[in-house]
Amino acid sequence: MSQGKIKTIDEKFGAIFAEAQRRKNEREAKPVPKIHIGLATCGIAAGAMETKASFEESLAQRGIDAQIHPVGCIGHCYAEPWVIIENTEMGFPPIFYPKVTAGKAKMLTKLYLEEGDPRLEHILGAMEENEMIPTVWEFSRFSEEKRIVMNLCGKIDPDDIYEYIAEEGYVSWAKALKGTPEELLNLVKDSGLRGRGGAGFPTGTKWEIAAKHDSSKKIVICNADEGDPGAYMDRTILESNPHQVLEGLALSAYAIGADTAFIYVRSEYPLAVKTIQKAISQAEEAGLIGKDILGSGFDLEIKIFQGSGAFVCGEETALILSMEGFRGMPYPRPPYPAETGLQGVPTVINNVKTLALVPPIVKNGVSWFRQIGTENSPGTAIFSVVGNVTHPGLVEIPMGISLRSLIFKICGGIPDKKKFKAAQIGGPSGGCLPEEFLDIPIDFDSLIEAGAMIGSGGMVVLDEDTCMVDVSRYFLDFTQKESCGKCTFCRIGTWHLLSILQRLTIGEGKEGDLEKLEQLSRDIKEGSLCGLGKTAPNPVLTSLKYFREEYEAHIKEGRCPAASCRPLTAFYIDLDKCARGCDACVGCCPVDAVFTTSNRKKGIDQDLCIKCGECKVHCPPDYNAIFKISPPHLAPVIERPKEEKETS
Amino acid sequence: MDDVVLTSEDKAALEELRSQLDRYEKSTANLIPILQMIQEKVKFLPPAAIKMVAGFLEIPSSQVYGVATFYNQFKFNPPGKNPIKVCLGTACHVRAGDIILENFERKLGIREGETTEDREFSIDRVACVGCCALAPVAIMGKTVHGHMAPSKVEGLVMRVQIEREKAERERQKNESGQN
Repeated sequence: MSQGKIKTIDEKFGAIFAEAQRRKNEREAKPVPKIHIGLATCGIAAGAMETKASFEESLAQRGIDAQIHPVGCIGHCYAEPWVIIENTEMGFPPIFYPKVTAGKAKMLTKLYLEEGDPRLEHILGAMEENEMIPTVWEFSRFSEEKRIVMNLCGKIDPDDIYEYIAEEGYVSWAKALKGTPEELLNLVKDSGLRGRGGAGFPTGTKWEIAAKHDSSKKIVICNADEGDPGAYMDRTILESNPHQVLEGLALSAYAIGADTAFIYVRSEYPLAVKTIQKAISQAEEAGLIGKDILGSGFDLEIKIFQGSGAFVCGEETALILSMEGFRGMPYPRPPYPAETGLQGVPTVINNVKTLALVPPIVKNGVSWFRQIGTENSPGTAIFSVVGNVTHPGLVEIPMGISLRSLIFKICGGIPDKKKFKAAQIGGPSGGCLPEEFLDIPIDFDSLIEAGAMIGSGGMVVLDEDTCMVDVSRYFLDFTQKESCGKCTFCRIGTWHLLSILQRLTIGEGKEGDLEKLEQLSRDIKEGSLCGLGKTAPNPVLTSLKYFREEYEAHIKEGRCPAASCRPLTAFYIDLDKCARGCDACVGCCPVDAVFTTSNRKKGIDQDLCIKCGECKVHCPPDYNAIFKISPPHLAPVIERPKEEKETS
Repeated sequence: MDDVVLTSEDKAALEELRSQLDRYEKSTANLIPILQMIQEKVKFLPPAAIKMVAGFLEIPSSQVYGVATFYNQFKFNPPGKNPIKVCLGTACHVRAGDIILENFERKLGIREGETTEDREFSIDRVACVGCCALAPVAIMGKTVHGHMAPSKVEGLVMRVQIEREKAERERQKNESGQN
């Protein structure tokens, strides 16, 4: 690149950067309290819009001048809807408040913003070191994380490109444009970055195949077709910091020489679609994408394609077909899309997280990236930790830390004094790992060795009340519905697997079922073309391996050890504990299965009971008279009294 | 699928679509974006719309159906005025989301993917709305209801019915007032 061009890029980007800094300083210099509210889909679902409206209303009512700053998601789902209030004028550090309902927002406006009392009983902690209030950084949910991808999520307004640029956004893009594509490609190769979409394929290698191809047209695609029913980090990243993904996508386009880029995002994520649309037009306006970017002579057009919701479209060949207007059915590779992809041209497809990792690597260099994580899996991993865990949400951790520290130290372990049973990692393609695996390091290879995989990054923590057979059935039900139907083993094999599992959960298991499950699982793995079929039996295989006795109890005794499979359990009322005259269970039963016995205690009509467990929840803790038992015939029989005569 | 009864609004929306189609290039690559546009406007894909798209792109209707039925997004039943979506993501499943779905189904007398005859309610299952901390979750209209329980199902449905009856009474009162 000529010196003249480098100078132009520096000048053009310098002007944008200076403008961003100016806006930031102006914002920060305003002597008013700032209220940051997380307004991504998850926050809105938890009621953040009502919280925002309540703040606006009560601020106006009291005539307080404050700035409401909408930001993305910080990943701390247990705290939704959260706000951070910066009130430096009154001498307080920024404070994090969890679960701020509309009512709490009103209260905080009056007591904190007007009267100066931060109501310490409602805080989670301060966001900065200070001498008054303990910080959130003493809380391992915050301090043990290492945020590279999600660093700015929940800090900046996703709808304002200048907020991203002020935090050194697009610096890597300007830096890369001053160098050659080969330099950028080698940097990514040397960094050892592996694709975060599931398989962990080296990103640099994928790019190199396309870069070496002599086609005059090339395409890059950002795969945001998140389909795992328990993972939502791609959506969160797109909604909270879309520009980091755009920057990564632009970098990948530059490295391989593509002039067209697509973001394949699910149309079920309307907010993500809107946010990314806005981000693209802002980046175009600023001249960071489009024609002759920053005077470098490089052109790039970024478009959105809305996916229509098919799990199999996460597979790159299926994704390409769906963009061409066909059913998303994978086809055999090679040729790899990096050689012949969309419209027959070399196409590189990368996951959202992979792309979002590229700008920090370009900015901070290979050695910085390599010191995070492990030798073969450098960098961080993002998990959405959900299920029976105290502090669920999105967690970004360096590769290589143990499952135990992720679940118990960072996410607070299992609530309600229950025992840990298993961690289901990688969604429908992953596996269930029991307690003895808690100390293995989290990285691509160790998890595959144990029978699970990072996959989509979904992690469901299961406690002792979860039935492993039912969990397998749940995932199989999902993959069976999502199988595209191309390969016989996947189409029919998963159907058979599912029907055997269904039989087990209703107590109709037979001798030999387990062997059949294993055989079928192995056959499906071998006889399927794409990742969906090859990994679909994983939940079954791992749970059979580690929890075989649970399967056996279902078959031999008709018993569900966790008392979770409904046809194999019964609820009953312990008459010694039941209180006369209390009608809590009668009132809450949706099917009128609870009746009053002759001595005014209660009984459950097993024929009517749908086993929803509502009565158990409503039975006052003083009595605690309702029990769950498996197999159901062990429940004591309480006769329903004969129809009382109508008294006229 | 032919038994879908179209309301006058549906028919008007379909008429309008004809002019919208001309904005698209006649290429199969536009099939999914066109179907998405129709679903956005009509809220579902009636057989007439499928035929219209097939005619426009000059491909067989069966191909359009094939693509439309492959993807989860496309609906072939009109949604109710109060669409109910029950989350059956992993976290909600572990916390008994299926019982919530079952309760809605029993209460309204329809199955998932169906709409009540008066087009008041429809039930769908969705995979993860992303507020797993609130599991189990159901969405009615645009409101997310967290920590669902069977008794809450009853309450939600009843609330809609009561509000409808109230609106009906108001309307009658106004009408009689005018006369």
